[in-house]
Amino acid sequence: MQEPDLSIEISSLKMESPLMLASGILGTSIELLRRVFEDGAGAVVTKSIGYEQRMGYDNPTIVEVYGGYLNAIGLSNPGIKEFYKELSRSKIDDLPLVVSLFGAESSEFSEMISILNELEVKAYELNISCPHVKGFGVEVCQDAKLVEDIIEAVKKETQKPVFVKLSPNLTDIVNAAKLAEDVGADAITVTNTFKAMSIDIETCRPILANKIGGLSGPVIKPIAVRCVYEIYQNVDIPIIGCGGVVDWQDAIEFFLVGATAIQIGTGIAYKGLSVFEKIKQGIKDYLTLKGKSSLRDIVGLAHGF
Amino acid sequence: MVSDKPRIVKVLNVRDESKTVRSLIFEDDICSKARPGQFVMVWIPGVDEIPMSISMTKANGLAGFTVRKVGEASSALFDMEAGSLLGVRGPYGRHFTPIIGDVMIVGAGTGLAPLMPLSEILTQNLSSIHMIIGGKTIDEFVFVDRARAILSKTKSEIIITTEDGSYGTKGLATDAMEPILKEGHIDKIYTCGPELMIKKVLEIAQVFSVPIQASLERIMKCGIGICGSCCIGRYRVCKDGPVFDSPKLEEIIGELGLFKRDHSGRATII
Repeated sequence: MQEPDLSIEISSLKMESPLMLASGILGTSIELLRRVFEDGAGAVVTKSIGYEQRMGYDNPTIVEVYGGYLNAIGLSNPGIKEFYKELSRSKIDDLPLVVSLFGAESSEFSEMISILNELEVKAYELNISCPHVKGFGVEVCQDAKLVEDIIEAVKKETQKPVFVKLSPNLTDIVNAAKLAEDVGADAITVTNTFKAMSIDIETCRPILANKIGGLSGPVIKPIAVRCVYEIYQNVDIPIIGCGGVVDWQDAIEFFLVGATAIQIGTGIAYKGLSVFEKIKQGIKDYLTLKGKSSLRDIVGLAHGF
Repeated sequence: MVSDKPRIVKVLNVRDESKTVRSLIFEDDICSKARPGQFVMVWIPGVDEIPMSISMTKANGLAGFTVRKVGEASSALFDMEAGSLLGVRGPYGRHFTPIIGDVMIVGAGTGLAPLMPLSEILTQNLSSIHMIIGGKTIDEFVFVDRARAILSKTKSEIIITTEDGSYGTKGLATDAMEPILKEGHIDKIYTCGPELMIKKVLEIAQVFSVPIQASLERIMKCGIGICGSCCIGRYRVCKDGPVFDSPKLEEIIGELGLFKRDHSGRATII
């Protein structure tokens, strides 16, 4: 029997594998992004880039908790002009590169895209859902008019696919997804991390320097799966599932509730960079066992019940 | 089991190594089993969390690291006293692989920290060590007495170099390499210290076809290979290093000693 087909398309972004590197992980160096691609990722998403350089928060910026990790890096990034230089250092036309952008208003997003426009970036992901940087994350996502302005401004500036990454901290993530679809988003990425804390009981203080951070890892997977499930019933554009994928079984769950692709971040902390190849193999074996020739055949199957 | 969370430990002892360098010794079973070259993320509550090479491990559950007072975090560590509380997570990273044979060690300043426990294992293996310790001037030296004590166990030698000639031979540590490499066979070179020195060690080792292992340093945030802050070329210092073998070092020679990334990820000249 032929190997099952794992290739997918999200608008004009073609991927050999549905497993993407999530934003925020290993994503400021082009060499590292390429390495993750060579290690089996179907596409790689950069760390979120803003207009200005940001140093981020002091350490500790990460701490492990039961079932996941908590981080508050603070959107550290070299700034769009410096990142343009980073991407110009080598040929990227063969790299399925998605640039993640954050900003406080629509003009920042369009300016950033106009700077990157001439480069072979394959798609953009708008991070309007960082849980721990005031003014740049969830606050943006909560303001429907602002979300609309940003997506419209970005779509005006580029023909490339635009993904919108939503926050699980919203009261109504389905409405946010519908809104993104209505104003022209090409896909929805769900979800970003969950606002959370961890306290050291010996010194009686929050461990993260920023006190509050974003929770990722297996502990958030069931919530992310639910978000994908609900959004799938309400929008037609592709959904990129993100949240706690460590093993191939996790990935399959996301496909069954309707994800076209999934992103992996914290999974690398648990399994290393071989996580992409391992999950890819697991998906192939699963599809073979189920007698499916293509990954597309299982997307959304959980909705039949 | 949650392992990437700081374990709170009490500083048991503070040892003066020089005017600006101190070693902090604490009790932690996991750290006491660290291999030479591994590091811990040290949390100074309310200040910062920084990577520190393990400079000492004891069979009785004790471990230590060595800090030079330079920035805010290292000064806070330097000023700690017995009884102060710290968080540690790790040990992390790839370690030196001690061999049995004739080896050379080239170190400078606090770069010697991981080379001390390495030397202990090497001499237990009955390896002969040619140790070159370099510095700008006589005041900067640390670990010389400890190195002498360790190296006295086998047929070994210590060569001291200073740039101003105030101690040992005048010159750079790397100047002392060639005569030794010309005289006899060296199986392996271990190095840690300023990156330009490491680069020179690599270049000389290439001429004599001797494999090397070098421990590198970069700004680290997560320490577990996911944030990418410490990248050098296609490698992560925290996970693929901090100890790198010759082939990887040759791959990143274009960055070595030339530039590193700041907290924002921006490349800056070293």
